[in-house]
Amino acid sequence: MTDIREGIFEGKRVERHHGWPRFEVDRDGWIRAAEALAHGRLALAGLWGEKAAIHMAVLAEEGGSAAVLTLACPDLTFPSVGRVHPPAIRLERAAHDLFGLVPEDAPDLRPWLDHGRWGVRFPLGAREPAPASGVPYTFLPVEGESLHQIPVGPVHAGIIEPGHFRFTANGETVVRLEARLGYVHKGIEGLMQGATLARAAELAGRVSGDSTVAYAFAFARAAEAALGIEAPPRAVFLRALMAELERLANHLGDIGAICNDAAFALMLAHCAVLREQVLRTAEASFGHRMMRDRIVPGGVACDLEPAGAAAVASLVKEIRARLPALIELYDNTASLQDRTVGTGMLKPELAREFGAGGYIGRASGRSFDARRDLTYAPYDRLAFEVPVMQEGDVNARVWVRIREVEQSLSLIDQILELMPQGPLRVQTRTPGTPVEAAAMVEGFRGDVLVWLRIGADGLVERCHPRDPSWFQWPLLESVIEGNIVADFPLCNKSFNCSYSGHDL
Amino acid sequence: MDLILSFLIQAAQMAIVLALAPLLTGFVRKVKARLLRRQGASVFQPYRDIARLLRKEVVLAESASWLFRVIPYLIFAATWVAAALVPTFAGGLLFSWTADLIAIIALLGSARFFLALAGMDVGTSFGGIGASREVMIASLAEPAMLLTVFALALVAGSTQLSTVAAVLATPEVGLRVSLAMALIALVMVALAENARIPVDNPATHLELTMVHEAMVLEYSGRHLAMIEFAASLKLLLYISLIACVFVPWGIAAPGSGLAGFALGAGAYLAKLAVGGFLLAFFETSIAKMRVFRVPDFLGVALMLSLLGTLLLFASRSL
Repeated sequence: MTDIREGIFEGKRVERHHGWPRFEVDRDGWIRAAEALAHGRLALAGLWGEKAAIHMAVLAEEGGSAAVLTLACPDLTFPSVGRVHPPAIRLERAAHDLFGLVPEDAPDLRPWLDHGRWGVRFPLGAREPAPASGVPYTFLPVEGESLHQIPVGPVHAGIIEPGHFRFTANGETVVRLEARLGYVHKGIEGLMQGATLARAAELAGRVSGDSTVAYAFAFARAAEAALGIEAPPRAVFLRALMAELERLANHLGDIGAICNDAAFALMLAHCAVLREQVLRTAEASFGHRMMRDRIVPGGVACDLEPAGAAAVASLVKEIRARLPALIELYDNTASLQDRTVGTGMLKPELAREFGAGGYIGRASGRSFDARRDLTYAPYDRLAFEVPVMQEGDVNARVWVRIREVEQSLSLIDQILELMPQGPLRVQTRTPGTPVEAAAMVEGFRGDVLVWLRIGADGLVERCHPRDPSWFQWPLLESVIEGNIVADFPLCNKSFNCSYSGHDL
Repeated sequence: MDLILSFLIQAAQMAIVLALAPLLTGFVRKVKARLLRRQGASVFQPYRDIARLLRKEVVLAESASWLFRVIPYLIFAATWVAAALVPTFAGGLLFSWTADLIAIIALLGSARFFLALAGMDVGTSFGGIGASREVMIASLAEPAMLLTVFALALVAGSTQLSTVAAVLATPEVGLRVSLAMALIALVMVALAENARIPVDNPATHLELTMVHEAMVLEYSGRHLAMIEFAASLKLLLYISLIACVFVPWGIAAPGSGLAGFALGAGAYLAKLAVGGFLLAFFETSIAKMRVFRVPDFLGVALMLSLLGTLLLFASRSL
């Protein structure tokens, strides 16, 4: 695998960009990159717009290198990547909705985030007044005999986030599923423009509530890389501790929730107790159950007292003691296994094509973990394994979570042992000239990417947080095909994609 | 005098099933919650829920026909009458001379038919899914139930529940393989009919997996109260039926004194509690099955009841 940091795209390297290299390419370079994506030589890690420019983050997975490519588009058009590489389609639609950038020959130009309710078009670009009457959204056509449609959502019967799912079914068998998202668009990218670094860090922590640590971590790393400062060692270890606690809480909650969707409430009851203990330990140690706003650019906002460290250590002991019985319960309940094994198969080729992160990719043979493959402090000093399975069904996604819980427990042990003493925070500075950086952090759901440009005055000029769900939602549609309608909740829960992080 | 007494017993029976049905539902929920280490709502919560729903305004879909508004009362009435036919604490009910086990099945069957119609009436896709799944389940559950009734009728020589209970309470019946098969078949049918795990999940919020709940999604206010009440009554009916046929001891015979009735009432409450606990325990220890596994599950019930009936025929001809 080529090291893409060497600039195989014959672009001009941007000197002020840190963390990953950024290349300004011409149309040919852009098209070559799209073809490299289509041939699987690279994986897409993000695609986002700016006024009169389009950016694309690419990964060379096995070499563990990443780069950002930029194509200037003064006429607001660029060669479509989605034309040859489907994972880019929704990203291009979103870039069009926000900036008015038009992907040429794009296979799909329907609006994605823009539901016609903003009052303006292209809010981050040219800001045109929206046409008075909203254009109805057309779903992809499905043809065939005795097919019927089941619209589900955006308001659901349970307390979950909003999203619309359009099923076309033949009896109970799903022929096609098309999701429509964007209902929780909050305009985070717009709010970040011109915000101070502290304010933007808070916004980043609110992109997706269950991953607030991962987002704050990624934003802080991007900001520090851009400004050329480094968080003190103790802060770095505290960040990893919070990230692992967040992973632990979410994985435990998911394992229980997946079983509950098969009406096996016993697992949920036990897992919910463990999750609650993680959250209470987080509150006792860091003063907030979800540890929101605890990671800030330059370091961390609060210290871990010895009592807190003891609480975390005893939490790890407690989970270690109780997890084996839960795993056995999951593995030995035949009625539950009957539901999870073989349901919602994700093919390894698709997982690789879409660069699916987290447990979704790892349950389908894609061994990528930002902590290992694009390593960052302190994970370069910690020993851990990345569990990978090949089956790609709901059961595999549960097992990857179980294995990751075990890894997280071991990581927390190591972090507590290696935690150095020292200061918690360094001051951020005003850069004087515009600086940029990209950073990727492994959240519980997958890799969270933050790309950031800080202006000469120290205010955020442009920030793009990219949720792993962008590459996972489309896979959910392929996973459910051929399954029965009643198995969708189980597949959906085993994916557990973020609506909020995706809709921004 | 006898007529007045059996009329009084019948009236008491109708009042008792009405009074106890929500309590049984609340009790099952409470036991499930305790098994999951939750506190759980009070066992009286279903009464409050019904009272709350009765007070609430009815929201009707624009496409709802008159049928949609009438059906909740139909379902409630049919289920109530059916529940009143099962001897709970005393035999010799007035109604049991006019309606037997087959009439109970017919009453429940028509309630289900109307519920399925109501599910489709508004025209939402969930109602349609629920109705189609319900009818698929019913097409297997009803024959299994009927065959179970035949097995019982062959033993007791009657399809009248009071007589069946009286005969099965005598020691001459003894242990019979065919009755054991009929019991298992009836329990499986009862789980399916009452929309319990593993066939359906009464507590789910996932629209796509619902069967019973999907059909009643569009109901609100007093209509929903009627349907919820009928569902509670149906659960009570099935537990009473199983208790009355397979553990018939303690049911007061016609003409027994006040002590007999008191004993009957006590025994009935104990049977309900045991039945409710077993249901909650079973539901906690198993996951819901795939929709397409339900025919297999009910097929087993059908086969068991068929085998039970055949065994009885075979043993008779010898």
